[in-house]
Parts: sequence; C-alpha cells; structure tokens
Amino acid sequence: MDNKITKTAPRDRAARTRSAAKRKETLSGYLFIGPMLLGLTVLTVIPTIITFLLSFADWSFIAGVDKLKWTGFKNFARLVDDRVFLVSLKNNLILLLVVPIQLIISLALAAIIDKLVYFKSFFKIVFFLPYISSIVAVSICFQLLFQPSYGPINQFLRAIGVSNPPTWLADIRYALPSVMAIMVWVGIGFCLIVYLAALQSIPKDLYESADIDGAGTWTRFSKITFPMVSPTTFFLLVTGFISSFKAFDIIKVLTEGRPAYSTSVVTYYLYTTAFENLKTGYASSMALILFGFVLLITLFQMYGQKKWVNY
Amino acid sequence: MLLAGIAFVLPFAWMISASFKPEIDVFNYPIEWIPKHWNVYENYREVWSGEHPFGVYYWNTIKVSLLTTLLSVAVSSMAAYGFSHVDFKGKNAMFLLVLMTFMVPSYSIIVPQFMIFRWLKLFDSHLGLILIGSFSALGTFMLRQFFLGLHKDYLEAAKLDGAGHARIFLRIAIPLVKPALATYAILRFIWTWNDYANPLIFLRSDRLATIQLGIQKFASESGVYYSLIMAGTVSAILPLILIFIVGQKQVIEGIAMGGVKG
Repeated sequence: MDNKITKTAPRDRAARTRSAAKRKETLSGYLFIGPMLLGLTVLTVIPTIITFLLSFADWSFIAGVDKLKWTGFKNFARLVDDRVFLVSLKNNLILLLVVPIQLIISLALAAIIDKLVYFKSFFKIVFFLPYISSIVAVSICFQLLFQPSYGPINQFLRAIGVSNPPTWLADIRYALPSVMAIMVWVGIGFCLIVYLAALQSIPKDLYESADIDGAGTWTRFSKITFPMVSPTTFFLLVTGFISSFKAFDIIKVLTEGRPAYSTSVVTYYLYTTAFENLKTGYASSMALILFGFVLLITLFQMYGQKKWVNY
Repeated sequence: MLLAGIAFVLPFAWMISASFKPEIDVFNYPIEWIPKHWNVYENYREVWSGEHPFGVYYWNTIKVSLLTTLLSVAVSSMAAYGFSHVDFKGKNAMFLLVLMTFMVPSYSIIVPQFMIFRWLKLFDSHLGLILIGSFSALGTFMLRQFFLGLHKDYLEAAKLDGAGHARIFLRIAIPLVKPALATYAILRFIWTWNDYANPLIFLRSDRLATIQLGIQKFASESGVYYSLIMAGTVSAILPLILIFIVGQKQVIEGIAMGGVKG
C-alpha cells in the first residue's frame, strides 16, 4: 500500500497543484473584475431588466408596488397613437442628418489642417473647444445669440439688409434647424480629431505614386484619402447616430421641446413622462423603443462593417 | 482656414466679452468685442456672492468629478487587467456581459436607476452620483486595449519570480500603462464635470447641486441679467478649458486612438 502511494503521489500532487493554481487564477480573475461586474449588474443589468418588465405595466413609482397593473402591449399601442411621441421620434430621425453634415465639414477641415506646417495643434484646440465646453453653458449662450429682437445674429442679419430675419428658436420652422446647427458646431471637434489620426496613418507613398501619375488635388482626395478613411467615416457615422439618439441636455436647456414640441426628442419626452407626469410604465415603454433603435444601429454596424469599408 | 477658426470661436468671444460688460451694453450693435465700458469685477462678484452659491456648486463639482475619476480609474483598470492578463473560467461570457451593457443607452434605464437609488438611499447624495459615473464599460474597453498591448514577457517574468496577480498589477502593469490611465482620467473628469442629466435626475437639494445645474438655475432665475448669466457660464467653462489646454495632448491622443465618446 505504501508502495502504491509513493508511486502515484507525484502525478497526483502535480494534478492537484495544477487544479489549485487554476482555481486560484479563477478566483483572482473574479476579484479583479468583481467591482466592475457588481457595479454594472446593479446599475445597468438589473435596471435594463426592470425597464423591460415595466414597459408592459401601468404604474407610477410613487404608488406602491401593489398598485402595479400588467397591461401587456397596451403601452406600445398607446405610443403608436401618441402624437407627441411620434413627433419626438420624427425629430430624432431628422437629427440624424447632423451626423453626415458634421462628417463632411470635419473631413474637409482635417484634410486642410493635416497639410498645415504651423499652428496645427492650435487649430486642433480651437475646433475642439466646443466639444469640451459644457452643453449647458453652450445652450445658454446660444439662447442669447439667437435672441429674435436684439440678439447679435439677428442684429447682424438686419444690418446686412435682411428686413425680417427668422426668430430662430421661437419659430416652429427654424427651431429644429437651429438646434441642429448648434449640434454640428459642438460635434465637429470630435470628428476632426479622429479624422486627423486617420489621415496621418495613410501611407505617404500612395500620394507619391499619385503625384507621379499626375493626379490633381481632387483626384488624390477622392481616389486615395476618401477610401482610406472610410473605416473611420463608418465608425463616426455609427457613433454619431447613436449619440444623436441620446441628445437630451441640449433640448432640455435650450428649448424644453418648444415651440409646440417642434424640438422635442424621445429622451426629452421620456424624461418629462417619467419625472414630471410620473408615468413610470409608459416612460419605460419609450425607453425600450429607444433601446431598440440603438440596438438596430449597432446591428447595422456589425452588418455594414464589411460592406462599407473599402480599401 | 483662419477664418473658419475665428468663426468657430466667435460664440466664446461673445460670451466672454458680454460677461465683462455692464448689462446695458450687452446687445449693442455693432458688437463691441472689446467692451467700451468695463464691468468685470461687479459682474463676477455679483455671480459669485449672489444668492446662488457658485462657490458651493464649484466645490460640489470638483468633489464629484475627482472622486468619480478616481473610482472609475480604479475599477476600470482592475477589470481591464482581469480581462486581459488573468486566465479564468467564464472570462468570455463575462466580457460579453460587459460588452452588452455598453449597448444600453443611459436614458433607457434612468427610471429604474432612480427607483433603485431611492431604495438604496443613494438618491440626492453625491455618493450616488459618483457611483453612476464610475461604472461604465467604456473605461474597461479602453484600458483593456492598453493592457493587451503590454509585452507578455514582463508579466511572465514576474510570475516566474513568484509574484501574484495583485503584485504584477500594481507594480508592473499599472506603471506601464500610466499614460493611458492619465488619458482616461482626464476624459472622465471632463465628462463628469460637464454632466448635466445625472445631477438633474439624481440630485434634488440645491446645496448638493453641481455647476451645470447651478448655471441653469441661475440662468432661468436671473431673467434678463444677461451679462451676469454670461459671467456664470464663463465661470463654468473656464476650469475645463484650462485643464484641456494643459492636458490637450492626452485628450486628443485618447480621442484619436479609441475614438471614444462619453
């Protein structure tokens, strides 16, 4: 018996230490990711599940849990007929236009800045300033700039002969475009920086051989620069779409959805429904739809990555 | 190019110059970029010592932003190390879970978060606000990229010397990714400083309000005192602009590299 033990022990011990080491490794793995996992579970995973459940209920969080009524798809049926919701959703879709405009301007600016010898980082800072400034401060400032009767923008327009300048944020037709203009201004810095990085990674010999072939500036741009940055364009397009669906601060501070819901967006309507009208269930169903749209864009990204990116 | 640059900063120039003027001159036309009459001291004194406690808002914002940044860097770098250099069962599944939380738009879950915070007594507290800002998958992804870029040899050598993961993480990995940590820290600080939605939803008391809530309240309650409102907004933006100018290399590199967005 003794003999047997001494024979198997080394292999046994080795296996045991190996599995102990494995267990130790697993333990330390979970210790490292534990805090983040716990935080995300409590603050994101559980809330996501609750949102999902509540979107099928009629409930207000100030009432007790016993007042909760399951109503199936009633919330969604109501949403389809809710004029304010539909307008908000439509505005969100219009806001998507901000992204391509941003991209065109920032790619053009990036191409120019990339060629500069001096003041490169100066211009980077200048164009990036709006992005790091708080949207609250920016919105308050633009409220004054767009002021209809004595704001600087309209005073300027009158001075150059426009007798009846638009009232911008106060006009149903101009309010949303004004908001979009501000969003473009705010977002250019971010796209510009990412584009500049992409431009710098284009191999120089591509341009050199284009020069040898006698290609003009436009040909160089459309045949080399544009295709080479297409992965970046795609990335910026997708993240831009997603973040435009999350636009909230600017609407809350600048217009509160006015005039006549012409600038309301889904997040803003969700906020007022949940925290001002206290309709928790109804707000949750909007939240789920918002989630759905963002998911759709993400799927589009996964699918489109292969198709769009061409070089 | 220069023209585009100038046009870009015009709103800032107007904001600053308006904050220096007496109220009656704010909307003068042609625009007096350099004020004819100066009223700097009076405007800023009025803002800082008026009935809206800008000093308190400032202190609250600094406190929340700093602590959020610290906690976020700590948890994110730990998770990033775990996901890149520790080999454990269920790693891929856990990473997928983190990845999935990244797709959930924050506004989709504010209502349950609000309810959970009320149950946990975290509503209307700075702690709650700090926790909300600290646990984001973004930091984990960003830092994981850097940890993955570390040379395995360094870490393997330490392991052979008998160092445990805690030691390797603190003594070797962290010092090697310091620049990345700095980048992430500056970005997180900027995002937290500028955050408006979370303080709006998770705070109620005026004495806890951050600067973003503060200037909005100030602007909507000061009615027509535009020079004062502009002095308030300048006060809110200025610290960040300074931080940005000092740390611009880190910020721009971070943005360019990860293409991250808050």
